[in-house]
Amino acid sequence: MPSLLEVRELKTYLTTSQGVVKAVDGISFDVREGETVALVGESGCGKTMSALSIMRLIPRPQASIVGGEIRFQGRDLLKLGEEEMRRIRGAEIAMIFQEPMTSLNPVLSIGRQITETVEAHHPLSKEEARSRALELLQLVGISDPAQRLAEYPHQFSGGMRQRVMIAIALSCRPKLILADEPTTALDVTIQAQLLELMRDLSRRFGVALVIITHNLGVVARYADRVNVMYAGKIIESGTATEIYRAPRHPYTMGLLRSVPRLDQPRKSKLEPIEGQPPDLWNLPAGCSFAPRCRFVVEKCAQEAPPLRQVEDSHHSACWVAETLTQ
Amino acid sequence: MHQYILKRLLLMIPTLLGVAVLVFLMLRVAPGDIVELKYAGTGAFAPKEVLDQERAQLGLDKPLWHQFLSWMWGIVRFDFGNSMWTGRPITYEIWIRLELSLELALMATLVAVLLSIPLGTLAALKQDTWVDYFVRIFSIAGLSIPSFWLGIIIILGFLIFVKWLPPLTFTSFWVDPKANLTQLIWPALAVGYRYSAVATRMTRSAVLEVLREDYIRTARAKGLWERVVLTRHALKNALLPVITVIGLEFAFLIGGLVVTEQVFNLNGIGMLFVESITRRDYTMTQALVLLVSFSFIFVNFIVDLLYAWLDPRIRYQ
Ligand SMILES: Nc1ncnc2c1ncn2[C@@H]1O[C@H](COP(=O)(O)OP(=O)(O)OP(=O)(O)O)[C@@H](O)[C@H]1O
Ligand SMILES: [Mg+2]
Repeated sequence: MPSLLEVRELKTYLTTSQGVVKAVDGISFDVREGETVALVGESGCGKTMSALSIMRLIPRPQASIVGGEIRFQGRDLLKLGEEEMRRIRGAEIAMIFQEPMTSLNPVLSIGRQITETVEAHHPLSKEEARSRALELLQLVGISDPAQRLAEYPHQFSGGMRQRVMIAIALSCRPKLILADEPTTALDVTIQAQLLELMRDLSRRFGVALVIITHNLGVVARYADRVNVMYAGKIIESGTATEIYRAPRHPYTMGLLRSVPRLDQPRKSKLEPIEGQPPDLWNLPAGCSFAPRCRFVVEKCAQEAPPLRQVEDSHHSACWVAETLTQ
Repeated sequence: MHQYILKRLLLMIPTLLGVAVLVFLMLRVAPGDIVELKYAGTGAFAPKEVLDQERAQLGLDKPLWHQFLSWMWGIVRFDFGNSMWTGRPITYEIWIRLELSLELALMATLVAVLLSIPLGTLAALKQDTWVDYFVRIFSIAGLSIPSFWLGIIIILGFLIFVKWLPPLTFTSFWVDPKANLTQLIWPALAVGYRYSAVATRMTRSAVLEVLREDYIRTARAKGLWERVVLTRHALKNALLPVITVIGLEFAFLIGGLVVTEQVFNLNGIGMLFVESITRRDYTMTQALVLLVSFSFIFVNFIVDLLYAWLDPRIRYQ
């Protein structure tokens, strides 16, 4: 299948009081049409910045994209004008955010927040836009949609708001949805419902999905392919099966041991990864995971390992990827 | 919502009653009374009997509770009595000045809104550029320059450069709008500029804050035009605090423009206020204090209604 999105050597840096933060430091990954790709990593590793870079919505003036390409359907998004980019946002690439409680405008009705999206991209009449909104609310499983359209965000629970966000994301039938930790803020049963809903709808409409998460459990169930991020870089990538069966990076192995797994006995111990993620403005020379790594060798402190192939589609950025043992 | 409005209106009564008691007592605690002042003004010596007789005529010989109750009884029947100084009905004295004061307050507020909202928004959008610095200096200057001084400069400017003065007598807008506006626009500009300062800074910081909100990012991610993001999403939220500031300023302007009225020779509520206090004109001062308190309470009420209209979280409480 052809690639829908090709991110190449994307670099997004932030200027802060501490210095330059390399929030995204040369990442490359692909998303093919209709597939679900996960972007996994600990808090602060640059997941949100990567997604915002694709939308070209990084916070200004602190952040800037200093290099790389983001090709969407063959066009480099970084070369588009503001108006061209606007026509892509919401219509071709939609985004769902991490914080359901604050991502909807408190003073506009739910209906308005859906119809305005449709109206920004299609010449629809008021009634057409409204019936579209009604249809969308039904689609995401909100009961009594006609009444709910006139209501405001504060009358919705977190899970319901995230359903509204999904409705908004789907409203213009985009090719790609970037979902930035869409369920992190919600409780576990609601998380599962929402993820199921997103999977079903993305399959039904053939939408490709980038799920950003720090929860590998989510990845296992829903993603076709996985990119593991650490300190602004992708350090391992492959199909979900490859990464689950035989992780080829000590960080991924650590992540897997730190979450409960369905394919392991209940009693097996959960171990958090020791140490803290590095400060992105003050990265160690060599591999940035080396200070926390159990398998560290001399070379790790001197030279950063490049992402290289270890199996068919399995890539790892570790000098000793082949010799790692569980 | 109707219930809420009714409740708010009823709540005005105890507030105003409290104000009435306070002003009634405070006036009588102040040394000197209107009769002494009247005679002191003539320079003639008046025997005590004459003064007492005069006091009895004004009802000042009665016990305080009696004076207060008869005042209240009058108010209930919308009868505020006569001015102790001029002897004319208070409603008449206030009425002939209220039109001017109300119009000036409205015009000054309009000037303040027209200056502060665009300028504050612009400064926020161009944060830390020369536009922002210019707006900030402009508004700080407005705060630092007293409006009467600005008024004097305007008048002097007219005198020196165009040998013209705005008309000195008040013409009702309904009689001759042009004459009315040529008189009032200048004090309105002087006062409006000053009162735009706080609102400008408020708008600037509110817009800056709102633009950092998550829902603004959502709005952009939906592919809305930047213009729509700004007006529909940012301004509607940012204007909430600004409305409060502007509302309170408006209430203040109704009775508070003492010096500006003097500079532009306007016979408004502010002047009347100062005059009746210095004359110990109890009935007049009491009525004016009630009027000003009522304006504050009423404007607050309107501001709350506007809030509810703009913000559904309040409307549905
Ligand atoms: N507005 C900002 N100003 C300065 N630094 C920022 C800003 N936003 C993010 N950063 C820094 O950029 C880095 C990457 O942030 P990002 O939000 O992409 O992380 P994340 O992987 O999404 O984390 P989380 O799981 O907490 O959402 C972090 O180290 C963060 O401290
Ligand atoms: Mg994030």
